Amino acid sequence: MSNRLGRLAPAVCAALVLAACGESSDPRENTDAGGGDGGSDDGQVTLVMESWRNDDLAIWEDVILPAFHEQHPNIRVTFQPTAPDEYDAALDAKLSGGTAGDLITCRPFDVSLRLFEEGHLTSLADLEGMDAFGDVARAAWSTDDGSESFCVPMASVIHGFLYNTAAFDELGLTPPETEEQFHELLDTIAADGTYAPLVMGTADQWEAATMGLQNIGPNYWNGEEGRQALIDGAERFDDEQYVAAFTELASWAEFLPSGYESMTYPDAQNMFTLGRGAIFPAGSWEIALFNEQADFEMGAFGPPLPEGQDACYISDHTDIGIGMNAATEHPDEVRTFLEWTTSAEFADLYANELPGFFPMSDHDVEVDDPLAQEFLSWREDCESTIRNSYQILSRGEPNLENQLWDLSAQVLNGTVQPADAAAQAQAGLERWYEPQQR
Amino acid sequence: MTSAPPEGIGIDATAASTPAVAPMPAARPRRRFRTHLVVFIAPAAAIYTIFMVYPLLDSLRLSLYAPVDGVQTFVGLDNFVHLVSDDLLSDAFWNAVWNNLVFFAVHFFVQNPIGLLLAALLAAPTLRGRSAYRTLLFIPTTLSVVIVGFIWQLIISPVWGFVETPLLGQSSTALVTLALMSVWQYIGIPMILFYAVLISIPDELIEAATVDGAGAWSTFWRVKFPLILPTVGIVSVITYVANMNAFDLIYTVKGALAGPDFASDIMGTLFFRTFFGFQLQQGSSTMGATVATMMFLLILAGVLAYFYGWQRRIQSYQL
Repeated sequence: MSNRLGRLAPAVCAALVLAACGESSDPRENTDAGGGDGGSDDGQVTLVMESWRNDDLAIWEDVILPAFHEQHPNIRVTFQPTAPDEYDAALDAKLSGGTAGDLITCRPFDVSLRLFEEGHLTSLADLEGMDAFGDVARAAWSTDDGSESFCVPMASVIHGFLYNTAAFDELGLTPPETEEQFHELLDTIAADGTYAPLVMGTADQWEAATMGLQNIGPNYWNGEEGRQALIDGAERFDDEQYVAAFTELASWAEFLPSGYESMTYPDAQNMFTLGRGAIFPAGSWEIALFNEQADFEMGAFGPPLPEGQDACYISDHTDIGIGMNAATEHPDEVRTFLEWTTSAEFADLYANELPGFFPMSDHDVEVDDPLAQEFLSWREDCESTIRNSYQILSRGEPNLENQLWDLSAQVLNGTVQPADAAAQAQAGLERWYEPQQR
Repeated sequence: MTSAPPEGIGIDATAASTPAVAPMPAARPRRRFRTHLVVFIAPAAAIYTIFMVYPLLDSLRLSLYAPVDGVQTFVGLDNFVHLVSDDLLSDAFWNAVWNNLVFFAVHFFVQNPIGLLLAALLAAPTLRGRSAYRTLLFIPTTLSVVIVGFIWQLIISPVWGFVETPLLGQSSTALVTLALMSVWQYIGIPMILFYAVLISIPDELIEAATVDGAGAWSTFWRVKFPLILPTVGIVSVITYVANMNAFDLIYTVKGALAGPDFASDIMGTLFFRTFFGFQLQQGSSTMGATVATMMFLLILAGVLAYFYGWQRRIQSYQL
């Protein structure tokens, strides 16, 4: 037995070696879409676009890219998205391995800034059409001093509140403009008892910060003014305006569905679209999904104004940009495409195909979806700002964004008092951020 | 659950097969080099080395480095000092270690005794429908953790489920609730291990005890339990290793921030956040490797304590 095995051994060995030396060419290399060097016989250049928005594949392929191809028949762009949570890691690996696409979809702030500093993204400061974007729009993809921009701002999302129109009609309610009216409204809905007044949970933590604090907060810290003051160190997180924002957030607790502490974001979405709630603190990205799922009409109102305040501020958060891989073999064609993304035509296509993702350029865009139109209209009366933890302030440990998730959820759960939450956020910043250490 | 039991079985199997193969005729004085052993072990050894041993050693190495001006520089034990002394990091670390121990304790004191009880009931000679019960109790073990997390989240959700209290949403209950979900899933493993030993106890021993006048209770504690003590040890060490390594259920149900307020944060989720980063937090491979090394050392300490403190005593007791 063992002898026979002994004789078998070299044969097994040989088989393994043979298997390892087998045909190793990848059949996928021969397909048209593979990109490769991108060139082809008739002078047509193929560009590959990296993205994390795999939800948008059909829209890019069927609508946006064909519009571009019509004007530039010699440039073909293929959209090759990765799953959102794998995107950053996959892109990093591809960029350092030299296999990344020519066009790179940019996350806002530090992730993209690092890519630029490492030389993976090209400066686009001199790109034609970039002047269509204001400073706030560009901030997410510029160096800290604003001197260099490296991605074209593509879309932002706006925060506000969605409401169930049928429920409002039934109870004879109108959208509130001030916080006083907002609370009266919530009391009325709560007293009636048919609907959960505010539909939100704290299980995933981010909703509390993103759709709660960052939604209503800009009205308290005067939008950009307050955001910049935090970065400069002129204001502190334990100043009264931040405590007041946390206090207002804490007051929501009694209007949330029972057991909201273990309610996840999908739970909340389902509960609202099933018609069990009246108001959903939202981001405009919900619009497309909610239009599909809810069989009742929805309306939207912006963050209600605190007492005695006239100026309104909205969170118009920069979310997606697009840039050029510095290692691309076709820089001219990439520039052509990027210039097109600054155009009114692109803005119009994008805004209407993806309602709730708003272009950030100065072009006048007609959005057909009424809900998206409502969100967009707030830009005319209110000042835009972005989430205050996104630029610079989440670079250290603890990073402000994660801290705000935790603190906002705890304020709503009643496990931390608003003043403590503000003090903890300030202590976190002071640990590592010099301008706040004075 | 872990690779611990197959390894043990593997070693035993080789040890047992060696004498069976050895007495070949005529070849007794000079032992021939057994080429086939090398050939058949080589693929597994190579894969194990490439995917387990090398990464382990490399992360041990990485934990001794830190980025200084963007360059990985050797810093000795600085990362470890930082991890246990820096107030921010050490709070998170000790919180995670403590939660890990709680998670393990729930399994140790709930899963294993109930597993033993179920095994004892299954092994009772008068029980009917034994294989149906056995299968039903073992099935959750084969389910995906993601599905188990999802199902239980719905069952105990105040919105869709049967429980009024937000068990997963309160700092006081979240971790224990998650541990009990995991107990429900994995109870089949200690049960089947205990069951295998219980049915292998020779009937003569039981009969002798019965003849001596022992009831079911004292037969169990005086005859059966001493015989399954080695299995109790093995089950405990498997439970320890699996639970100190736990990650998937908590990540599935509570996400990487393991809320509320890090109440369900264990070393696995802390490692994930540190190594890969999370949301706007940038990852740090060296600090991540430090957390991973601490996990490795804690697990190693537990396993060594088992081998030297428990298994050796059990062996001498058996002899």
